[in-house]
Amino acid sequence: MEGVVDAVVDRLDGERVAVVRLAIGKLAGVDVDALRFCFDVCTQNTTLAGAELDIRTIEPRARCRSCGGEHAPRGLAEPCPCGSFDRELLAGDELRLVEVEVL
Amino acid sequence: MCRTCGCDDHDHPHPHQRRISLETDLLAKNERIAEAVRARLEHDRVVALNLIGTPGAGKTTLLEHTIRALSPTPMSVIEGDQATDHDARRIAATGCTVTQVNTGTGCHLDASMIERGLAAVRPRAGSLLFIENVGNLVCPALFDLGERAKVVTMSITEGEDKPLKYPHIFRAASVLVLTKVDLAPHVDVDPARCIEHARKINPELRVFPVAAPRGHGMAEWIGWLRSELEAMP
Repeated sequence: MEGVVDAVVDRLDGERVAVVRLAIGKLAGVDVDALRFCFDVCTQNTTLAGAELDIRTIEPRARCRSCGGEHAPRGLAEPCPCGSFDRELLAGDELRLVEVEVL
Repeated sequence: MCRTCGCDDHDHPHPHQRRISLETDLLAKNERIAEAVRARLEHDRVVALNLIGTPGAGKTTLLEHTIRALSPTPMSVIEGDQATDHDARRIAATGCTVTQVNTGTGCHLDASMIERGLAAVRPRAGSLLFIENVGNLVCPALFDLGERAKVVTMSITEGEDKPLKYPHIFRAASVLVLTKVDLAPHVDVDPARCIEHARKINPELRVFPVAAPRGHGMAEWIGWLRSELEAMP
């Protein structure tokens, strides 16, 4: 969460931030509820204080290296429907700051 | 609530607000520093390994036995803990160069801490640098430290299902050192099942089952470390 504050503050010229938009993959290893919980704490006394946190979650997609097919895994330990565990995550591990709205 | 007009409706236009596209990774700052650390280590011909595991997984014990087995190969250690210099003192007792980084309330090391650690240990060309992360199987998975490889250490007493319960670190790591395997019969855990679970997350994971104080499996682990040093250009 401190990463969010740094990433925003470093790119702005001190404007007050009204909205922060993030894109978080469901398999990124970050709990969105925990992120929301610490946002208010971490933004205190910064230009982000009081800002709205808008989080878009990104559904996971993986490509299987055995059968070549794509599937939507629900977890990192879930195999391809063909049974293979040899797969590559195409989407779902994002931790991205998309944009902000400033006053 | 909109702080300028006081409305609760986010769908109506807010002409007083300006959108600024930032499109950046949330960990970009750490990753920039980590890339600088990686470039410096490559230039200095230092092989850095980031050891990650729960408190009590046996990371420091593994390091003590590894350092003694590899001596006189040049090595250094950056020790991460929330508090105390206990681990740094244990490593110093082996004769190895070491510095302790205390993170306070922090649950992981980040790349800027490694920059400071490097200034303290000044690793020699052609040496191994072990970075012992804060005991935690969760957050360190997200933070690149500029290492050559992440090594997850897990003791067999933690239970064979831990790779499934904490999959992110097993995905991020390229090596698993399964420690305390001599205790497996006493805790009714099957190392083979544990390894099978870990490879469901990461089929390419290289695995070394060891019992460091007994020397079990250490020859293979030490052999891999030597091969990493020799593979350095």
